[in-house]
Amino acid sequence: MRLEPIEAPSTARRVIPPALAIAATFLVASLLALVAGGNPFAVFGLILKGAFGSKFSILETFNSATPLIFTGLAIAVAFRAKLWNIGAEAQLYAGAVLTVVLGTGALGLPAYLMLPLCALAAMLAGALLLLGPALLKTRLGVDEVVTTLLFNFIFLLFVSYLLEGPLKDPMGMGWPKSARLTPEARLPRLVEGLRLHWGFALALISALVVWVINTRTTLGYEMRAVGQNAEAAGFAGIPVTRVILKTALLSGGLAGLAGFSEVSGLKGALTLDLSPGFGYTGIVVAMLALLHPLGVVLAALFVAAIFVGADSMSRAIGVPSYLADIMLASALLFMVLAILLTKFRLRRD
Amino acid sequence: MSNSEKAQVVLRLQGITKRFGPVTANADVSFDLHRGEVIALLGENGAGKTTLMNILFGQYTADEGAIELFGQPLPPGAPRAALDAGVGMVHQHFTLADNLTVWENIVLGVDHLTAPTLKARQVKSRIRDLAERFHLKVDPNARVGRLTVGERQRVEILKALYRDAKILILDEPTAVLTPQEAEALFTTLREAISSGLSVIFISHKLHEVMAISHRVLVLRHGQLVAERATKDTNREEMAALMVGAEVSAPSIEARAAGAPLLSLRAVSTPDQGAAPGLKALNFELCAGQITGLAGVSGNGQAALSDLLSGLITPSAGEMALHGSSPARWSPRAAIANGIARIPEDRHKTGTIADFDLTENAILETYATRFSQRGWMDWGKARAFAESLIKGYDVRCPGPDIRIRLLSGGNMQKLILGRVLEENPDIILANQPVRGLDIGAVNYVHGELAKARARGAAVLLISEDLDEIMRLSDVIHVISEGRLSPAFARGTMRPEELGSWMAGHGFDSHGMDTGAPDAA
Amino acid sequence: MDLLDILLSASFWAAAIRIASPLIFATLGELICERAGVLNLGIEGIMVAGAFAGWIAVWGGLPLWGGVAVAMLTGMMLGLVHSTLSVPFGLSQHVVGIGLTLLATSLTFYTYRVVLPEVSSPPKITAFQPYEVPFLSELPLIGPAIFAQTPLTYAGFILAGLTAVILYRTPLGLAVRAAGENPSAVAAQGLSVTAIRMGAVTVGSGFMAVGGAFLTLSAFDSFFFDMVNGRGWICIALVVFGAWKPGKAVLGAVLFAAFDALQIRLQQTGIGAVVPYQVFLMLPYFLSILALVLMSRRAEIPAALMVPFNKGER
Repeated sequence: MRLEPIEAPSTARRVIPPALAIAATFLVASLLALVAGGNPFAVFGLILKGAFGSKFSILETFNSATPLIFTGLAIAVAFRAKLWNIGAEAQLYAGAVLTVVLGTGALGLPAYLMLPLCALAAMLAGALLLLGPALLKTRLGVDEVVTTLLFNFIFLLFVSYLLEGPLKDPMGMGWPKSARLTPEARLPRLVEGLRLHWGFALALISALVVWVINTRTTLGYEMRAVGQNAEAAGFAGIPVTRVILKTALLSGGLAGLAGFSEVSGLKGALTLDLSPGFGYTGIVVAMLALLHPLGVVLAALFVAAIFVGADSMSRAIGVPSYLADIMLASALLFMVLAILLTKFRLRRD
Repeated sequence: MSNSEKAQVVLRLQGITKRFGPVTANADVSFDLHRGEVIALLGENGAGKTTLMNILFGQYTADEGAIELFGQPLPPGAPRAALDAGVGMVHQHFTLADNLTVWENIVLGVDHLTAPTLKARQVKSRIRDLAERFHLKVDPNARVGRLTVGERQRVEILKALYRDAKILILDEPTAVLTPQEAEALFTTLREAISSGLSVIFISHKLHEVMAISHRVLVLRHGQLVAERATKDTNREEMAALMVGAEVSAPSIEARAAGAPLLSLRAVSTPDQGAAPGLKALNFELCAGQITGLAGVSGNGQAALSDLLSGLITPSAGEMALHGSSPARWSPRAAIANGIARIPEDRHKTGTIADFDLTENAILETYATRFSQRGWMDWGKARAFAESLIKGYDVRCPGPDIRIRLLSGGNMQKLILGRVLEENPDIILANQPVRGLDIGAVNYVHGELAKARARGAAVLLISEDLDEIMRLSDVIHVISEGRLSPAFARGTMRPEELGSWMAGHGFDSHGMDTGAPDAA
Repeated sequence: MDLLDILLSASFWAAAIRIASPLIFATLGELICERAGVLNLGIEGIMVAGAFAGWIAVWGGLPLWGGVAVAMLTGMMLGLVHSTLSVPFGLSQHVVGIGLTLLATSLTFYTYRVVLPEVSSPPKITAFQPYEVPFLSELPLIGPAIFAQTPLTYAGFILAGLTAVILYRTPLGLAVRAAGENPSAVAAQGLSVTAIRMGAVTVGSGFMAVGGAFLTLSAFDSFFFDMVNGRGWICIALVVFGAWKPGKAVLGAVLFAAFDALQIRLQQTGIGAVVPYQVFLMLPYFLSILALVLMSRRAEIPAALMVPFNKGER
């Protein structure tokens, strides 16, 4: 068996494999639901209802999608340049930490200064956190997958230390929790009276900005060239190392924004369960979106819907909500295979 | 071997046909190979030689036809069948694992994978016996990664002999050897042939074909178009048969050299792993001249090419461009200083496979010519790509297709256009025609000749001595990072250059001046 | 307690060997994959799955070694998924590996919830007990340190020796090493690169799962969600640290475990009162990064690591 590139893939060739991948994902989930004693139709029906069944649930889905858009963008930007940033989780927390440091009353600034300051600081924190592994990669050739992964563990321990020490809420009754942000440092609601906050709008704007960077700027061209073939890019005079470092700053910055948005828009304080793995789920989001920034928005909404829906489904009929994680992981694997099959055919020689 | 009619048929191909989609790679190919016979298989790139060998070795299954080995039918699609029946192949790109020793490479795959041990001692002693018998000197305990190219080829041949190969297929075996090493290879082959080995010799070096083969088969567009006894044919006829037409190469008229545009004074660069760096090189490229750099691959060509491309900087010595040394040296500086760079590997270094033609066309100039303050001007870029496609005869459906889908020749034409449009006065052409068919070869050579005529200084790096001798005004030979004196056109015979390529003569000459002197 | 006292106590080294054991299994597994040319980032998830599978099998009534076998089979099945996607299809080993870690982890947690829906704390099993090797365990210092471990620890060291012998002394090992260096050398000799690589990834993943099972069947006697806690990623660093050689990798694992055991003990000393405990917990991860940095640019890396092989490609 051999893979052979297809010169001009037909429409069917481009549509059928991804469709089959989605079908396969649902098949796997159905089988697992049956194992847990749930009727697959009921399970998927409840997931759908839980995600979109009411105004409240729709807004909940949008809110849950917000951090995923940021981390999904962070990873899409990095992966396009073949910078394997698996550390968005830590970068998110770095952004959250800086937001809490600046936003809990240390500065007496009005909201229109406070919010941009916190956002910028959060971006900077996330960016700097990825700069380390990126420098290790460009200077010493250390694989960034493992270093960014290990940084996740290190940084979470650091956050744990902060929440039990310097950032501990004096009113927190011993819980590892930071003080609450001052009202000036809170992102307002997008629509008065509804739970959806401005972080969602910021995420959409970020997606648009990344899309413009990718398609219209020299940096976008350079990042893609470096990702596709760093040797040819370097030969042609593209400053490969600088491009990788710029990519790292952009990617880390976007992940840092996720932390800002979660703390400032939703939670109001930093705890150790601020992110239930948004940094890792962002990988699935980015891959499902084929690394396209606007696709990230759709993929994040899809993923958030499954999470929100699965939670409510689980409460209703007791099929564990980990079904959502399984669906996403298998969707990722089926989808990368499907994408390959849109470009290559299997040949028996 | 005139008595081949009577000798035993060891390999018989009957009506082999193989199609890849709409492309027919082999069409009804039939021939016999006899015991102790050497067949030369000639053909351009893409003529179907590799496909034919892949079918023999079970990597592909033929759509029609059958193969017989020693009178027995060969089961199709079984990679081990041909090996086990006694067919060995020495690939053009060696199939050796660098982290293993010589004996480990030779014994790889010989015993079944479930065998409990490797029997190192017996293996090594058998290798030593074979090495002695066939004059293939190599240390069984040496790591392959540390061997020279010539030694590696000996390991490849030993691999086949160790498996008692009765048929040996050699794919472009001399491409990486000095003329002297090639002669030693022929000695070994003659020895083996006299003891009954049969050989299929794939090559495009016609003088070698004349020297070693008994029979010549010519493949063109997948078909066997001619078969001649070697003694009844000549090089001109063979060349014409390969291409299907008379070959016309551009002619280079002698003319006086212009001013030096680039000069190196005692320039050294560090070694890169096994590849040697430059050793105190003195060197000049003059306007209106093609300077040929001959040498066995891996002797410092990469270092010189990387240096002129801006990828590395000298560790010692001085480089001057147009009389002054550049303050900073990088690929961008090289381009800005008017150096056109045609890289050795157009797939890996010259282009980005999944970029379209537009994106590839502006790879070197996007920052200076196709963007403003960081914003891309895609309209202008696409127009530029279209002008290259027209101006340099790049055959393709349009500027929006991925360059991966272009043939090597068209890919090279795009690279050529990309760099020549900048009106460079120095051109670095590293193996510019390797793997191209004759039409594209002539096109590329013609463009280099035109650039020379308008006063550019051209450095032509090639392993093909014929190409070097045909095109160059002056020739240098490089060996282990050292450079020979410059030899003026027509002053050296191939054998003399071969002696330099093998590393002789450098010590007696010591430091050369870089100025042309007829040695 | 003084640093020297710690380093000279048998209980310290016994702890180090115990901590090293799961790492040894998983590092050997990863090493086999990488020697054949495949980076297996599924390791973390495979260890989680192995820890759970071995434990649940024993909880369900199988003997302890039966649990080890179930873990091994679970790992091999996951390895088969990885290698099917990464070898014949040549998909990005980064993406496949991370995807597999997510899949194996979530499958494990899901199964846990399905099998034990109502429990607040997981049930305990009777884990492997230390076995004192006659005579050897009576040697001073090294006796109680090395020869009073559980049988699964001994199995880990035996496996390391076995891996080295197979890798360096058999035709199979030769083929694996060649497949990671230059797959076309393997193909030219009529061997199937696909089969060799898939086999290596499958078997290697089985070893990783046994490494996970060590946690539930020997180190502890129960299963917790965050029990693997990055050990898989640490093993990837250990393979690099060990220069892709089984002996050095085992040595690296023991050294690493000794540091880990040391930080646990230092927490109870005067330093522990001053320095936050999180700093001690960070040390293993920092150490792994340090190992990667120190060993970067090593020549021993298999040349075809992460390079897919498409036969017949020119």
